[in-house]
Amino acid sequence: MSAARRATGVVGELLITAGVVVLLFVGYQLVWTNVQADRVAAGKIDSLEQTWQEEPPTKPDVETIRDGEAFAILRIPRLGQNYRVPIVQGITLDDLASGVGHYPETAMPGEVGNFSVAGHRATNGEPFAYLDQLNKGDAVVVETGTTWFTYKVTDEYIVPPTQVGVILPVPNEPGAEPRKALMTLTTCNPRWASYERLIFHAKLVDELGKGNGVRPDALGGGA
Amino acid sequence: MYAWLWRHLPGPTAVRVVIALLLFVGVVAVLFLWVFPWVEPRLPFTDVTVDESASAAGLGLRP
Repeated sequence: MSAARRATGVVGELLITAGVVVLLFVGYQLVWTNVQADRVAAGKIDSLEQTWQEEPPTKPDVETIRDGEAFAILRIPRLGQNYRVPIVQGITLDDLASGVGHYPETAMPGEVGNFSVAGHRATNGEPFAYLDQLNKGDAVVVETGTTWFTYKVTDEYIVPPTQVGVILPVPNEPGAEPRKALMTLTTCNPRWASYERLIFHAKLVDELGKGNGVRPDALGGGA
Repeated sequence: MYAWLWRHLPGPTAVRVVIALLLFVGVVAVLFLWVFPWVEPRLPFTDVTVDESASAAGLGLRP
């Protein structure tokens, strides 16, 4: 076999290898990151509920929550009766690989201001994969150690990734004094790209103290 | 390249097949455990936050 033919053979094998590596990466992104993230998220929910049961906490306070720590559970009935995602403090990629992330500088659940969270639309557990199915008026329920907070979706729109105004205390109004308790959800758009952000705003409509197994109306109510 | 590797694996065919499989699994493990987690944040697919330093063109250049 001539040297040229041998070189061609090696190049061909390298190209095939590169193709296999790219396919493996696709498998990693689409399957493996979800498997890992779902496991981490389930563990966070379990330990959170256990902590709540053992020592019922007081209102979550930004000062006492560590980065990466789960402090609430998000439920969106429109996305399924069993839809539960931990809300963790912070929006690093590690935080977002274990649930949805709370923008640390924004309000806490139920507070006047804008409680804002970000979640993956694809890969890494993809909690917000089908967020686009939310309609105005749909419930978004946040469970903390003490309280069920029910928000209702008021607005949905798409912005460029640089539009940080959406998570201001009064969305898109810098300096305005907040008077309402709002919640904002951000994720990437379109689903398999990330050149835009899909934004939902919701406003607090119900606040229900936990205890005796009571659940908010949005989750079927009852005790 | 792979032919060269095959010729240099020791033992009879059955043993070579086992060694080759182990090598493949090892390479995949290295990719999944270290290489891909390193590559992932450098690609734009996982950007979901609003961020002043985000690339408006969607190139996903992270701060």
